[in-house]
Amino acid sequence: MTGNLTLGPILFHWPAEQKLDFYAKIADEAPIDTVYLGEVICSKRAPFFEQHYDEVADRLQRGGKKVVFSSLCEVVLKRERRAIEGFCELTDFEIEANNSSALLHMNGRPHRIGPMMNVYNETTMAYLVKGGATHFSLPVELPGASAEILAKTAADLSVGTEMQVFGRASLAVSARCYHARAHARTKDNCQFVCEDDPDGMPLKTLDGKPFLAINGIQTLSQTYLNYVSELPDLQAAGITHYRLSPHSQDMVAVAEIFRDVLDNKIEPGEGDVRLSAATGSVPFSNGFWHGKPGHLRI
Amino acid sequence: MRPELICPAGTPAAMRTAVDACADAVYCGFQNATNARNFPGLNFTVDELETSVAYAHERGTKVLLAVNTFPPAGKFDLWKEAIDTGVRLGVDAFIVADVGVAAYGSETYPDARLHLSVQAAASSPEAIRYYCREFGVKRVVLPRILTVPEIKQLATEIPCEIETFIFGNHGLMVEGRCSLTNYVTGLSTNMDGVCSPAAQVHYERDADGNLSSRLADFTIDCFSCNDKAGYPTICKGRYLADCREGGYYAFEEPISLNSSPLLPELIAAGVHAFKIEGRQRSRAYVKSVVSAFRKAVDAVMSGDEPNLADLVALTEGQKQTEGAFKTKKWR
Repeated sequence: MTGNLTLGPILFHWPAEQKLDFYAKIADEAPIDTVYLGEVICSKRAPFFEQHYDEVADRLQRGGKKVVFSSLCEVVLKRERRAIEGFCELTDFEIEANNSSALLHMNGRPHRIGPMMNVYNETTMAYLVKGGATHFSLPVELPGASAEILAKTAADLSVGTEMQVFGRASLAVSARCYHARAHARTKDNCQFVCEDDPDGMPLKTLDGKPFLAINGIQTLSQTYLNYVSELPDLQAAGITHYRLSPHSQDMVAVAEIFRDVLDNKIEPGEGDVRLSAATGSVPFSNGFWHGKPGHLRI
Repeated sequence: MRPELICPAGTPAAMRTAVDACADAVYCGFQNATNARNFPGLNFTVDELETSVAYAHERGTKVLLAVNTFPPAGKFDLWKEAIDTGVRLGVDAFIVADVGVAAYGSETYPDARLHLSVQAAASSPEAIRYYCREFGVKRVVLPRILTVPEIKQLATEIPCEIETFIFGNHGLMVEGRCSLTNYVTGLSTNMDGVCSPAAQVHYERDADGNLSSRLADFTIDCFSCNDKAGYPTICKGRYLADCREGGYYAFEEPISLNSSPLLPELIAAGVHAFKIEGRQRSRAYVKSVVSAFRKAVDAVMSGDEPNLADLVALTEGQKQTEGAFKTKKWR
């Protein structure tokens, strides 16, 4: 094994049944080392799956996966603040903070730093390590040149570094729900319309060009980030963990392809061809890694 | 308590204008990626800042230096230099967002005053208290997402001063967490201080006279010949979705924030400082907006009704909103 393959939290509002099936399949079949669980995007969605986490975590662990719980990324309301506080008291699992309100509670206890936490440089990384951070998922827009420096810093500090290598890129979050807005509702009376779009709601430009995808308060890229061809570069840069972001496509197949490339069983070029086939030819991008516009395929 | 009026200074001339219009403090940045308004033709050289700080201080106005972007690995020295220079020139506070920059500032210059930028996206008491505990932050600039009752409650839960935006651009994305511009243009709001860069903006008119505004490869909006074309900021554009007929403002209308009617309530809620957005705006704009708000704040403090009718005319597209302050229904 030459690199850990991880599965990020499900960003979209899938029905509980679908999530249960998904994680059962991941537990049994996917060559994934670590699975992140938890509702990261919307506190209103959280109650739908809360009662299942014990069962899912147990299933994943029995399948040989490490389980990490990932926190909400936006914390404003009382219930969100309480959720973060409770989240930070978890002791059975590692946790990943996606909002700085969690850092107040951690105060030296071990935790991971999520991709929405803005760790762009060595000084920030070193400071957060002093506060208990053990692992960093780097921002999705970070270019390879900076990621390489951060990975070296992380190695010196004996902490892990992770980058998303597959799936729509999170580009922005808001306090407003854009799913509700599209349906002329507000966040408070959204009626969970986001459930209609398992990979996000596509937005096109006025001249019909696919552009973005809406997921509640989150805006994602329309293209799927695909760093399969960049995996050797990421490995050479010293990135230790590679994150797949879950989509409705066959994630077991996706994981197998990335695993095979990481293990040098197949060439990245072949991985790329197989990935297109496995995902129904969704459009891919890799511009961010190359310091170019994120939507581009270099 | 008399709240401070914090005014934009995109250029030395705009700074003098704001100082002369009796701003309590002005905020500005250097001509590079260290601040979140790294636009061509804006901001200060070191020499300009030195002269401007002297001008402001002679007239009792504070100068706040925005060093509020996120240095990418390998380039941190530029941000250090901005802090070092600011200290040498005697600025009154630094507006910071990055943990590393805050750590550098507080460790190297324990006496320097740090304000937490809106770019830090600290929207809960716990997040704000983290920055106060770690870096001795003295003031937080709140994201434009909280209602007046929420701000009032927040004021009782944090150990630092509160600054809120009162007028200007009304963005809905969590600031400091937006990579839309980088996705389209290859320039990052967080790392380069750039949002919808003008160099990649194009306007195209079709045979019927309709005007499209484009940012790099993407159409952001389209206007009939009778409409006034807006600047193609991604989160203010119109897009198509399957559940909608025709283009709609998927994120927010091109609208300006004007919370002036809520000024008395915000003061009562415990807001220490009001920020006027617009370092990219003209001197004439700065002069009229700052003067009007100066009168308004002073009127409220002496128990009179503030008169702000003139401010409506200054807002983008003549449309304005009290934003999140009034109600949480917009969410």
